[in-house]
Amino acid sequence: MSTLLTVAGVSKRFRGLLAVDRVSFEIESGEIFAVIGPNGAGKTTLFNIIAGVFAGDEGAITFDGERIEGLSSDAVCRRGIGRTFQLVRPFPALTVEDNVVIGALLHRSDVAAARRHARDVLARLDLFDKRGLTASALTLPDRKRLEVARALATEPKLLLLDEVMAGLRPTETDRMVAILADINRERGVAILLIEHVMRAVMALATRVLVLHHGAQIALGTPDAVVRDPAVVESYLGAEAVG
Amino acid sequence: MKAILDDMPVRGRILAAIVLLALAAAPFVANRYLLSVLTLILYLAYVGQAWNLVMGFCGQLSLGHALYIGLGGYVAALFWLEFGVGPWIGVFAAMAVAMAFGAVIAWLGFRFGIEGVYFSLLTIAFAEFTRIGFDNMAFTGGAGGLFIPYEEKRLGEWWNLRGGQWMYYYIALLLAAGAVTLTAWLARSRLGYQWVAIREDETAARALGIDAFAVKMKAMLISSAMTAVGGVFYAFYYNTLFPSQMFDMGRSIEIIMAPIVGGLGTVFGPVVGAFVLTPMGELLIAATERLGFNAPGTKAVFYGAMLIVIIMLRPAGLWPWLARMLGVWERKP
Repeated sequence: MSTLLTVAGVSKRFRGLLAVDRVSFEIESGEIFAVIGPNGAGKTTLFNIIAGVFAGDEGAITFDGERIEGLSSDAVCRRGIGRTFQLVRPFPALTVEDNVVIGALLHRSDVAAARRHARDVLARLDLFDKRGLTASALTLPDRKRLEVARALATEPKLLLLDEVMAGLRPTETDRMVAILADINRERGVAILLIEHVMRAVMALATRVLVLHHGAQIALGTPDAVVRDPAVVESYLGAEAVG
Repeated sequence: MKAILDDMPVRGRILAAIVLLALAAAPFVANRYLLSVLTLILYLAYVGQAWNLVMGFCGQLSLGHALYIGLGGYVAALFWLEFGVGPWIGVFAAMAVAMAFGAVIAWLGFRFGIEGVYFSLLTIAFAEFTRIGFDNMAFTGGAGGLFIPYEEKRLGEWWNLRGGQWMYYYIALLLAAGAVTLTAWLARSRLGYQWVAIREDETAARALGIDAFAVKMKAMLISSAMTAVGGVFYAFYYNTLFPSQMFDMGRSIEIIMAPIVGGLGTVFGPVVGAFVLTPMGELLIAATERLGFNAPGTKAVFYGAMLIVIIMLRPAGLWPWLARMLGVWERKP
């Protein structure tokens, strides 16, 4: 396995608040890597720095052998990093299919070819039958899947997922976990997961990074991390481990 | 072209063919006045379509499109008057100048994040200071205007865009039909999808790898060039150019009325809007003249009232609703 993403000493300060404090980790190609931590731990800030929404104050990010820190979000996507939004942002007036077609057009100039690819992706995400609906008519679980479908249609090497399980019922969560596991296995897409739903993290992640007040307090396999006393104290609480 | 036809239902194709044939045959039955109204309708459908690309598809509200009408008209008129170069060649210079201005506005707006209302103000500002500039430039005739002489001997010189009502009518028809075809093609292209993505949610569009600056810039360049062609037509049709008319805010508003009424971001909306609004405006003028009161601004008040009524009743515009009624539903891109 080769290293796909290297985050080295990344920090971000908002006024006085140190939102992300010298975070470093690596993601191997094909890996599913989770970032967990309490609310306000800096997970989404870290995510946004990687995705190019804003630049970090210090540190380096290397993706696929190329430095990407400070690039704009569209440039980051074109290099092979797809992302979802925690608060979903479908193109509301467009159909489900056209939403995904726009993602598929990143690497295809022919709309018909993009549409074929979009339909494949929609079928993977259980949205094929709803492809003709307007995106604004979808339920929340469907919109979450549409976010994933759209990002996946850009054919990323790394998929950044920002709380795609939040608000889903347990059966829906299990379905999403199964879909993500399939995508990861079949397409070799690496996944960086920001997640509160431990059930999903434990099922999917090969390694877990725990943030607390912007700093990393643990990094390791899911089993090791949930037994780490510092993690239990700051985030999980005793019952979640048992 | 084939893909566009394939996307249309059979009824739509039949309807489009009937309308096109009727318009092509119109000069043989319509009188001179009716033909001049039809010419105006087609011209407004054309420039409305050009504006629709920027606003309806790409979601950027330009309120200064009169700038490109004025620049197009003046550049082609000056080429003709100063160098004797006919408008069929002058139109390329007109497009180039309009695109240069469009590029500067787009660069300022999109590069420095001047968005929404502020972008609209920027477009108005450019149209206004260009108007003031033309008011004070001697070689363009200043505020006194520029006149393209009407020469009997040149009638029928279509290669110099000199001719009678028939010629202008057919050119307007060609422009409008061409704009509809171009829009239909663009709407189904990669660029069209990228425009709509930006319109719907720019942040999400960028997260899908769309270079928002480049995509919005292309919309402005295409639209400003198209609008300039409308300006060339306008100049050689009416033969008189005053900065206070060509670059006027009122002209910018006139351009955007038809697409708003007909349906923003649709292929046929600007055409339908022009066909609804223009005859009503003409009827109103005729009615007020017959009644003997000639209050300036009646037409503007009427358009304002129309806009309120239509936006209240059909917020998406007349065409999407009409298309459903006729069973020729347009797949909204």
